[in-house]
This record gives sequence, structure tokens and C-alpha cells, in this order.
Amino acid sequence: MIEFRGVTKRYPDGTVAVDELDLEVEAGRITVFVGPSGCGKTTSLRMINRMIEPSGGTILVDGKDIMAGDPAELRRGIGYVIQQAGLFPHRTILDNIATVPLLLGWNKADARKRAAELMETVGLAPEMAKRYPTQLSGGQQQRVGVARALAADPPILLMDEPFSAVDPVVRESLQEELLRLQGELGKTIVFVTHDIDEAVKLGDKVAVLRVGGKLAQFDDPGHLLARPVDDFVDNFVGRDRGYRGLGFRSSAALTLGELPTVTLGEKPARHAGWVLVVDADGRPQGWLNTAESAADGPVGHEHLVPGGSLYDVGSGSLRSALDAALSSPSGVGVAVDERGAVAGSVSADDVLRVLDDARRDDAA
Amino acid sequence: MTWVLGNLSLIGELLLQHLYFAIPPIIIGLVLAIPLGWLANRNTVLRSTLLNVSGLLYTVPSLALFVLLPPLLGTGILNPANVIVALTIYTVALLVRTVADGLDAVPSAVVNSATAMGYTSLRRFISVELPMAVPVILAGLRVAAVSAISLVTVGAVIGFGGLGKMFTDAFQRDIPAETIAGIVLVLLLALAVDGLIVLIGRALTPWTRVGSAVGRPA
Repeated sequence: MIEFRGVTKRYPDGTVAVDELDLEVEAGRITVFVGPSGCGKTTSLRMINRMIEPSGGTILVDGKDIMAGDPAELRRGIGYVIQQAGLFPHRTILDNIATVPLLLGWNKADARKRAAELMETVGLAPEMAKRYPTQLSGGQQQRVGVARALAADPPILLMDEPFSAVDPVVRESLQEELLRLQGELGKTIVFVTHDIDEAVKLGDKVAVLRVGGKLAQFDDPGHLLARPVDDFVDNFVGRDRGYRGLGFRSSAALTLGELPTVTLGEKPARHAGWVLVVDADGRPQGWLNTAESAADGPVGHEHLVPGGSLYDVGSGSLRSALDAALSSPSGVGVAVDERGAVAGSVSADDVLRVLDDARRDDAA
Repeated sequence: MTWVLGNLSLIGELLLQHLYFAIPPIIIGLVLAIPLGWLANRNTVLRSTLLNVSGLLYTVPSLALFVLLPPLLGTGILNPANVIVALTIYTVALLVRTVADGLDAVPSAVVNSATAMGYTSLRRFISVELPMAVPVILAGLRVAAVSAISLVTVGAVIGFGGLGKMFTDAFQRDIPAETIAGIVLVLLLALAVDGLIVLIGRALTPWTRVGSAVGRPA
């Protein structure tokens, strides 16, 4: 656990970057610091490994004051990932990743063996080991950055806008990757970003900071979207927060309806309206409007209208249920089970009813 | 050409002497310039002081320095140490700026991430900043080395050995072939040392010669 107690950073010219920050970063979770530029989020992060020294207050890591020991030693126990990875251009990928183990005094063979393991962990092909950072794409470099931070298996990982310099598609895959890794590793992660969508996607807890280094709200992402404490947070959280907030509401209370289906190659019932076409394993392939379709024989791929998003019953949220309903050409959302087979239907009305109940419970 | 063939052993001796005067200053100068360049890169006051002093030193004429040094060092006028010290001063004067510039060019993101990994500042300097400054430092070293090799010839005027002796000798005895041979030899020596530095540089910086991934998909 990382504890900020009245932490302040005031520069000699009088600028206050962080003002009396009190905050507890839970062990084994992802805590995101988010806010506009000048809000002190990066300063707060860098004070944890003493890249910047606080001018007031205390930071405790597992109950120990970080100012007590040697800064270099403290840093070797804390993984650090920065924007554009900050890799060493003069070292191969393998040696970049082996950096901290070597600093900790491992022998070269062990450090490299560990580095090779980590390349696999973060999804880098082994043939990249001997390459230099400039030979890699931005996304690959960022993976190397994460592998390097994880090399000595530190309990804490600090990530300073690590994905902001890569394009949106790569960023999304890196985010997914981070969540997958975190599922396996359970590190205490402090993540800085200026992107609220990234914050609510990755964070177990999100700290919204305002310019001048004041903590505005510290909450889980669902609450942040549902109940911003003031206009600043409301504005910062941005548009569509009601809709995005559904992403943090469980769909457990949602009951599925019946869904008429027909298997590919079979003949649909006439005048049945919209029917969902499935393959032999029950997986949705597309929709067929029997009222409009001229086809009289068996259903083929050529008759299908593409379906909308799918609502996964096991891991879905109200947001994915609602989106499934809204994006479906028939107006009826398709729910699937963990095998991808059709489990039933969901309508926008059902979702709104469940939401209503949930809000009544919240208020009670 | 006949002069050259008739004096091969003399030429060989002068060449060795020349190297004896030129090589130590290049190496000692580089070794001294690295910590000085590091200091110059630490803060702006130190930087301007060091760079001004070294710029000033470089303007002292070499002949004057050869004459000035013996009383200062307490050495005899023909002590080889005079030449070596003088040329070391020039090498340092040239290289302090180069080392400072090379270190300054290391991206701060790389330095910061090294610090954040847990490098102590000395270790970071040796294993991150200095290796990354090698291309710039070696470019400066090539200039300093060629300059040292050429300056050794001036020492011959006051009686030191080296290939410069071929010029004084040629002048006194009126042997034009010897002058030309001397020029060619100094040139070849400079080219050889320069080539050696380039080769060392290539061995030290494999990372500068790899292609980039621009446009490569993630």
C-alpha cells in the first residue's frame, strides 16, 4: 500500500504543483491519477520513487517512509514505465529488459533468462531480443518498457502516461494487455493519464486532480461517472457519462427473453418478422427479416443483415446489454454465453428497468 | 623516392618517435576531458568557465607552449614530457566541449528512466550517458587526434624528434624530396589514426547503424 499524507510539492518560485494530498493507493489494484495539465498528477507519481522530492508531508510505502533509505535502492524496488518507453537506445531489447536485475547484482545469464521470459509475458517475439529499440514500432517499444519495469518483479509499478504516444488502435490493445497482465500479476499500479476514458477503463480507483494539485474526487470509476462531486469533475468526466456509467453497473439482475432463431441452411418460418440466424453451434451469424426477404428456400449467408454488438451474459455490464439492443437491426439485442452461443434476447426497456431498480437501491 | 629508399631506417625511427609524442596526449587528453566534460554539463557556470578556459588554452601558439612549459614543469628544454603535456592540453581543450555537447545530447527521457530504474548517478554516467555520447565524442576525438599528429611536427623546430625533423633537415640541407616525403608520411599517419578511431567507434556503437522501424506496423 502507498499512503500520501499531506503531501505538498512547492517549487522555489512559489508554484504549488501538489497541495496537501491525502490518498491511499490500495495494494494489488490499479489506481489512476487523472486531471488536466498542471494538476500535479505526474509530480504526485514521481514523488513515490523520489524522482521528485516532496517539500512537505510524508509518503509511506508499506508503512515505511520513502525518505528513510537510499533513493536508488528504493527505485530498484519500484517498476517505472514512461511515455515513449524511455528505452536505452544503445542496448538490445533483451539487455534493456535485464537492466534492473543487473543493477540488483544478478549475474548476466540469469538476468537475460529472466528478460527472455518477460518478452514472452508481454507478447514480444523472441527474435526481437537482439534488436535495438529504434528497430521496433511504438507499440512494441511500449511493451519492452512494461517488460523492463516488471523484470525484477517489483510489487509496485508506476506508469506515467505510458500509452499516450501510440495510435488509438495500438493504445487499446496495450490497455487490454495491461488488464490481462494485471489479472495474472496483481501489482500495485499507479497510472497517470490525462485521458478520462483510459482512467475509467483501467482504474480500480480513480483520483481526479484539479489544477494547483488539489484532489477533487477519489472514487471507483462507476461512482465517478454516476456521482461527480462538483462541476469541475462533472466537466472533466465529460459527455455521455450517464451512458458510460452503465459500463460499471452489473447486469446480473437482467432477465433474458426468448429469441427466434433459424440455423443456416434451414428454411425459416414465414412472416416471423426478424429472426436471428445461427450456425450449427448456435453462434449468431446475422439477422433475417422474413417479412422483406424474397428468399423462399434455405437461409444462406447472402440473405443476412449484419448484427450489432453482442452482450456477453457472463462478463457483461448494462452498457454492453444496452448497446447490443441499440445496435441490433431488429431492435432486439443478442445475449451470448461464454461459448459464444445465443443465450436469449435483451431489450433496451429491460436494461432501463434494471437500471431504475438499481438506482432506487442506491438511494435507499 | 631514392631519398626515401636510402633513408628507410631513419624514417622508421622518426615515425616511431612521432607516435611516441602524439599517441599519449590523445589518450590522456580523452581521459581527462571526460570528467571535465561531465562537470561542464552539470551546471551553466561551470560550463561557461570550463569552455572559456579551454578555448583560451587552444589559442596559445604551440611553439610558445613548448618553450613556456619547461620552467613551469621544472623539466629540461628537450624533455619529451614538454611535448606530451602541451599536446595533452590542446586535446583536452578540444575535447571538453565535445564531451559536454555529447552528454548534453543524451535525451532527458533516457536519463530520467535510467534514474528511475535505480541507477546511481556515477553508474548511470558510465553505463548510459557516456556510451550514448560516444558518437559525438569520437567525432571530436578524430579532429583532436589529427591535430595532435600535425602539431608534433612543430616540436622539431626546437629540436624534438618525430617526422617534423624531416622538414627542418630538408630545409637546412635543401632536400625537397625529404619535405614531400615528410608531408606524405604525416598525412598517412593522420589517416591511419583517424581510420583506427572510426573502427573503434563502429565496434562501440553497433546501435547507431541499425535501420529504424518508421512505418512498420505495431
